[in-house]
Amino acid sequence: MTVAAAIRERDVSKLPGKRDEDWRWTDLRGLIRQAPDPSAPLDAASLAAGTFDALAEDVVVVANGHGGAHVGVEPGEAKVVALRIVSRGDGAHAARVSIDVEATGHLVLLETYEGEGAYLSQTGLLISLGQDASVERIVLAADDAEGVTVSQAEVELAPGAEYAQTVLTGGARRQRLQTTVRHPGGHAGLRLDGVYLLDGKRHADLTTVVTHAAVHGTTEQLTKGVVRDQARGVFQGRIVVAQGADHTDARMGHHALILSDRAEVDAKPELEIYADDVSCAHGNTVGALDEDALFYARQRGIPEPDARAMLTEAFIGEVIDRIGHEPAREIARVWAAERLRV
Amino acid sequence: MLSVSNLHAAVEEKAILKGLTLEVPAGEVHAIMGPNGAGKSTLSYVLTGRSGYEVTEGSATLNGEDLLALEPNERAAKGVFLSFQYPLEIPGVPALTFIRTALNAQRKARGEAEITAPEFLKLARAKAAELKIDFDMLKRALNVGFSGGEKKRMEILQMAMLSPRFLILDETDSGLDIDALRIVADGVNALRGPDRGMLVITHYQRLLDYIKPDRVHVLSGGRIVASGGPELALELEREGYDKYARAAA
Repeated sequence: MTVAAAIRERDVSKLPGKRDEDWRWTDLRGLIRQAPDPSAPLDAASLAAGTFDALAEDVVVVANGHGGAHVGVEPGEAKVVALRIVSRGDGAHAARVSIDVEATGHLVLLETYEGEGAYLSQTGLLISLGQDASVERIVLAADDAEGVTVSQAEVELAPGAEYAQTVLTGGARRQRLQTTVRHPGGHAGLRLDGVYLLDGKRHADLTTVVTHAAVHGTTEQLTKGVVRDQARGVFQGRIVVAQGADHTDARMGHHALILSDRAEVDAKPELEIYADDVSCAHGNTVGALDEDALFYARQRGIPEPDARAMLTEAFIGEVIDRIGHEPAREIARVWAAERLRV
Repeated sequence: MLSVSNLHAAVEEKAILKGLTLEVPAGEVHAIMGPNGAGKSTLSYVLTGRSGYEVTEGSATLNGEDLLALEPNERAAKGVFLSFQYPLEIPGVPALTFIRTALNAQRKARGEAEITAPEFLKLARAKAAELKIDFDMLKRALNVGFSGGEKKRMEILQMAMLSPRFLILDETDSGLDIDALRIVADGVNALRGPDRGMLVITHYQRLLDYIKPDRVHVLSGGRIVASGGPELALELEREGYDKYARAAA
């Protein structure tokens, strides 16, 4: 993980930049010219309660790179854990978190990125699921407009496991939320969803790489974004179906609304298929709000700002509706509505 | 009620309406008939304020109030309702949510209290039953996957619930079979009253067998070129628009 190395060794030449194909839309090398000082220690006890604390049995806090580094779920156990990645100040920090859900265990992971300042933060997560284990990971990224955040999750699924993820972000100065999944097939199921709602000069990059290694695996992906002002959204989704991974069923959708002339969305959906008998599809649309639908709503008496908010909320709602954990789903809905009603 | 005077309007700088004058008094139903391209849909969009339709001259008022100065939603709150020729699909917004949002927005604009949820549901159930619309359909995203006839019925349902003062029906009969047409027409006729005016825009006379107009106007070349009683519609059905197209040219 080069971002982590750049932070730990205070060597900006190790940051990925536009010459790296996978990072060309999220150039950190060009943005950060000087290695920031390491972040000052931060007392987790001094923090106010997090968004998801009330829903969780355990709250794990990683504050400026330090703190709880492990979440474990025993066989057959079911748990709801809040994981808070907190950044304060203008320094740099990196952290590793490992999450092990053993066979038949069930975890709801409610993860937040909470930032204040012009920090550089990297978090590496290793998430492993045993046979028939299940995880629903909901990520709410509330970074500072001046912050730079990189989150890199590596997910290992065992056969029969179910992994579902929804990443919701308001972006940052530069932000990359990346998920790499090794999919063993064997009737394991995967859902990878995302929502980005960006304004000002915020940037968010949702990157996923899924490798189907063997037969009978499913992947379902739906990412939607709304960008306005001079914001920039990036979606990179790659699904690789290895030779012999027959009967893979993979679907990827990315749809974005651009609400101003200077906002931008870059999307790269990729399917790399080396197996013969697979069912794979992807769809990608980027456009403006439907002016005809907007006029229709206004003709019925709905003022323009309300009509725009209603249509964009409905657009994003399709992703939020897929969140399984109901209280988290409602928090996500409110979060989205607040961002869309401007 | 509705008073349109010497209205000129252009779309992408092409003149479509060229001095249209029309009076629809309260309590009356007027039909606008005309060949394709005469400006029928343009008239409905100009009256409701769709962007891209530029008024270059003339006026349009409802009960003396200048409609053209108002935003589309303000016109709706004043009571102008357009039943669209092609109703839009609104993905992700249940029909009930859409209609309640619209109704409350109109009420708010008029300084009235919002309708309560139980009152709203009671009203929706009653109107849906009158229009033979399955109530469960109102829980689905508005018009998404609905048939042409269902969409038109949904327009009439919204009309019945929003209770507008002035109704514009743009080609409401298109895409309807006879049974659906009868239901839609019954819905429209139920709204006829001394305080309401209606403008029924249609290419064919068929709809006027069900919604009987007080006056019929022929729109051709962007102007009203002939007006008469209901018999004019029958004459048009028999003889076509040719002589009016020539008159306009």
